Amino acid sequence: MVKEIERHGITVVHMCTVVPISLTVGANRILPTVAIPYPLGDPSLAPAEEKELRRKLVKKALDALCTDVEGQTVF
Amino acid sequence: MKIVHYINQFYAGYGGEEKADLKPEKRDGAVGPGMALSAAIGGIGTVVGTVVCGDSYFNENIDAVAPEVLEMISSFAPDIVVVGPAFNAGRYGMACGAVAKAVDEKLGIPVVGGLYEENPGLDIYKRHGYFVSTGNSAATMRKAIPDMAAIVKKIIAGEEITEGFYEKGLRKNYFAKTRGSKRAVEMLLKKIAGDDFVTEYPMPVFDRVAPGPTIKDMTTARIALVSSGGPVPKGNPDRIESSSASKYGKYSLTGISDFTPDNGETAHGGYDPVYANQDLDRVLPVDVLKEMVANGEIGSLHDYWYSTVGNGTSVANSKKFATAIAQELLGDNVSCVILTST
Repeated sequence: MVKEIERHGITVVHMCTVVPISLTVGANRILPTVAIPYPLGDPSLAPAEEKELRRKLVKKALDALCTDVEGQTVF
Repeated sequence: MKIVHYINQFYAGYGGEEKADLKPEKRDGAVGPGMALSAAIGGIGTVVGTVVCGDSYFNENIDAVAPEVLEMISSFAPDIVVVGPAFNAGRYGMACGAVAKAVDEKLGIPVVGGLYEENPGLDIYKRHGYFVSTGNSAATMRKAIPDMAAIVKKIIAGEEITEGFYEKGLRKNYFAKTRGSKRAVEMLLKKIAGDDFVTEYPMPVFDRVAPGPTIKDMTTARIALVSSGGPVPKGNPDRIESSSASKYGKYSLTGISDFTPDNGETAHGGYDPVYANQDLDRVLPVDVLKEMVANGEIGSLHDYWYSTVGNGTSVANSKKFATAIAQELLGDNVSCVILTST
């Protein structure tokens, strides 16, 4: 899906936990996340801390979209 | 001959996704599908041990787990290692492949496995073992086990294995009857004449897409959210299937600034849904994105999110969904996408 959306000229950042799969499917901007059942969270944290973790990951994803890449890049 | 079998938590009888965080462990003898495997191999080989690990635990800790699993496997001093079959289960296939790689590289003994052709573990790891082609679900176990046992039996018998598995993509030297220049000219003449010819070196097919344009200014960009982790409104109104999805959903973000157990859940059947059902922001970060739009860090957010379930979903369907989604996004001048996967 990442590849097909990007084929239409829309820039995609793939936020996922299993990076090798993302590399295989052809994502170009890859941001590793926390865990398979909760890529953008961590139930062991207090709600405010968990949200802060999510904010940092999303910020990194936005930065990845704003970064020039030559080919597949894991941020 | 001693065989060691690698399987996941499900086939070891521990349970499904709620047990996918199981740490590696070893057991004497055959467990689960290892019993049928043992029977199919007959008296010439014995499954002396089984190593089990949860699929999520393996994939989230792959660098640390692979050596640990290898250690457990080598403690049985096997002659052959069998992994799976994993059918089209993505994380299980990745784990089987990583085990095959570790065994192939560190122990140098043959590995036999079973994978569906679209399993992501196949492309990455096929050179490290004899992976037979299976159906896409455990319903095809009855065919997969004899196919895998047939390869194991050939290995035990010392026979050359030339078919019945996915090509490993390894080059093998041999002496041809005629020299290369002559073969090349013959091939060229056939090509000119329009006849069929068989290349001796098939070119790999890379279907890569160049990176999308870099976003120059996020404060004016229009962004959209897409996910293969199955985030849907509470109740899964479109009834997106928990695996092998036949559709995607398009859902309004209007009025949602934060997910709660009452307004969102996951339709995905390939991971433990407890955490996503408690707070779907863990899969689709709507809460922080809405705040970032409000405080000007992001230009604007597309009014809808798009969701499907990546679990066992065919490549053809994924392409179809993504093409339709891309058309909608282009129609709304979306320049970039955050795509989350579980």
